[in-house]
Amino acid sequence: MNYFDETIASVHQKLANRQLSVAELNQATIQRIQQLNPTLNSFLAVNDQPVPETSVDSEQLLAGIPLAIKDNILTKQLKTTAASKILSNFQSVYESTVTTKLLAAGMHNIGKTNMDEFAMGSSSENSAFGPVKNPWNLQKVPGGSSGGSAAAVAAGEVLAALGTDTGGSVRQPASFNGVFGIKPTYGRVSRWGVIAFCSSMDQVGVLSRHVADSALILQTMAGYDPHDNTSSSQPVPNFSAINADVRGLKIAVPDEFMGDGVAPGVRQQVQHALDLLAAQGAQIDTVQLPHAQYAVQVYYIIASSEASSNLQRYDGIRYGYRSTEVQNLEDVYVHSRSEGFGDEVKRRIMLGTFALSAGYYDAYFNKAAQVRTLINQDFEKVFQNYDLIVGPTAPTTAFDLGSRIDDPVVMYMNDILTIPANLAGLPAASVPVGLADGMPVGVQLIAPAFGEQTIFNTAQVLENETNFLAQRPQIGGQN
Amino acid sequence: MLDKKLVRHVAQLAKLEFDDATLEKFTSQLDEIIQMENELTKLDTTGVAPTTHIARQETALRPDQPQPTQTREQLLQNVPEQQAGYVKVPSILDNGEDAQ
Repeated sequence: MNYFDETIASVHQKLANRQLSVAELNQATIQRIQQLNPTLNSFLAVNDQPVPETSVDSEQLLAGIPLAIKDNILTKQLKTTAASKILSNFQSVYESTVTTKLLAAGMHNIGKTNMDEFAMGSSSENSAFGPVKNPWNLQKVPGGSSGGSAAAVAAGEVLAALGTDTGGSVRQPASFNGVFGIKPTYGRVSRWGVIAFCSSMDQVGVLSRHVADSALILQTMAGYDPHDNTSSSQPVPNFSAINADVRGLKIAVPDEFMGDGVAPGVRQQVQHALDLLAAQGAQIDTVQLPHAQYAVQVYYIIASSEASSNLQRYDGIRYGYRSTEVQNLEDVYVHSRSEGFGDEVKRRIMLGTFALSAGYYDAYFNKAAQVRTLINQDFEKVFQNYDLIVGPTAPTTAFDLGSRIDDPVVMYMNDILTIPANLAGLPAASVPVGLADGMPVGVQLIAPAFGEQTIFNTAQVLENETNFLAQRPQIGGQN
Repeated sequence: MLDKKLVRHVAQLAKLEFDDATLEKFTSQLDEIIQMENELTKLDTTGVAPTTHIARQETALRPDQPQPTQTREQLLQNVPEQQAGYVKVPSILDNGEDAQ
């Protein structure tokens, strides 16, 4: 299947017109994944079961469309491992709300994508099952933690994939792979059946080459869910009704997002995108987000603290890996966890346990939670006068495999531009706009809470004006 | 300044253990992370309320009615060690030879 010339709508047309059958589409997709996966390692499991032949009517826009699903989202078909040894044999007995809704709309779980273990990482190198490679350059990381989902979409293995985004894990890999990726407002999408990392920030997002495809999938999986009390009862708009028009749109560019830490090639592409938006009638001003420079510090305390609590459940008793080197119950806990978790997960559990421990709680956890308030207030102030915040998604393009994995602080700093939207629970997306030194650059769009439509509309303008989709990656892009 | 003694204590709280070489590496990495975290002390946060969640949804209430969920068989499906429908674990007290 050559997905480079297709959208969900165009494939749907072929299915509805009987030019293509659901079984043929499924088979062609599996073939393509099997052909590329040895190179990219983007999938941990592929669903090679034949699908029953069904006819697709013109109302069922998603019927028969294969969907790649990040492996921290529970599915009854295929194992869910979160790319961890501790869950390497885990077979969920229930289906997440997001996949329940998408399967009900007719989508097909084609496979589970590789990622940083428990979504902790920015390079997809922290997988217990080997790193993912970037289809634009196999020496580069695909970003993380949804690196498998992003690489799968970029290489044309699927039209769309689900990811999760706690500190940039949808947007940063979208940027590194030259695809669109959106993290919705906190609460827009149910977290039921999503393996918990940092419950106050985790959200499921979508990655696709075309903006319209993500809009259709997001509107299908969003909405209030009685299983998740943080999900929102706000009505879900028809995101697919995209209006590619930015005339009069008030765009704020934070000074802090365009500073010296941002690579010149990235800054140049972002400036080019801003010029295009201005030419299309947007009004662009510079603003300040003075506390955004502390986002990484705040995030690693809060996310690690919540992780240390959420990951207590992996104790070798009810599910997951159990060590055999045990004399007593305490050994089951300690040895199963020590043998089952990888280094980055252990580092964050340790950091979080420290930040929550007696004598350090006020200095670290509480301090970080206070600064989170200041960051949120910065956003509130800007959104009193603006519709959208725009800047780079990441300070650089994809970096070399192996270049940062032993230096956690340098790795963490890569997330400085994506984290603020998670801290404040705001919707944000990355849109590919160009290349710097042959690697894709993404522009980040951040909207006020529940303002996803503004993001889709603006992203569509960028998709149209940059013509980025004419660019093809090294792997998968030759046909 | 983090030292190995403190890191070992935190590991114990987190139910993790490390060999000496890894403990050494983690102590220096965590110390570097904590140095980074200490930049937060530059900010005056006197009187600022902490943000611990950002859910905009009000807590929903529902009648407390029993509903069917997973069966016992389903819930036992992933249990590593089990017997006769129960989760099995080693004895809670030490089973080693030098047990008191």
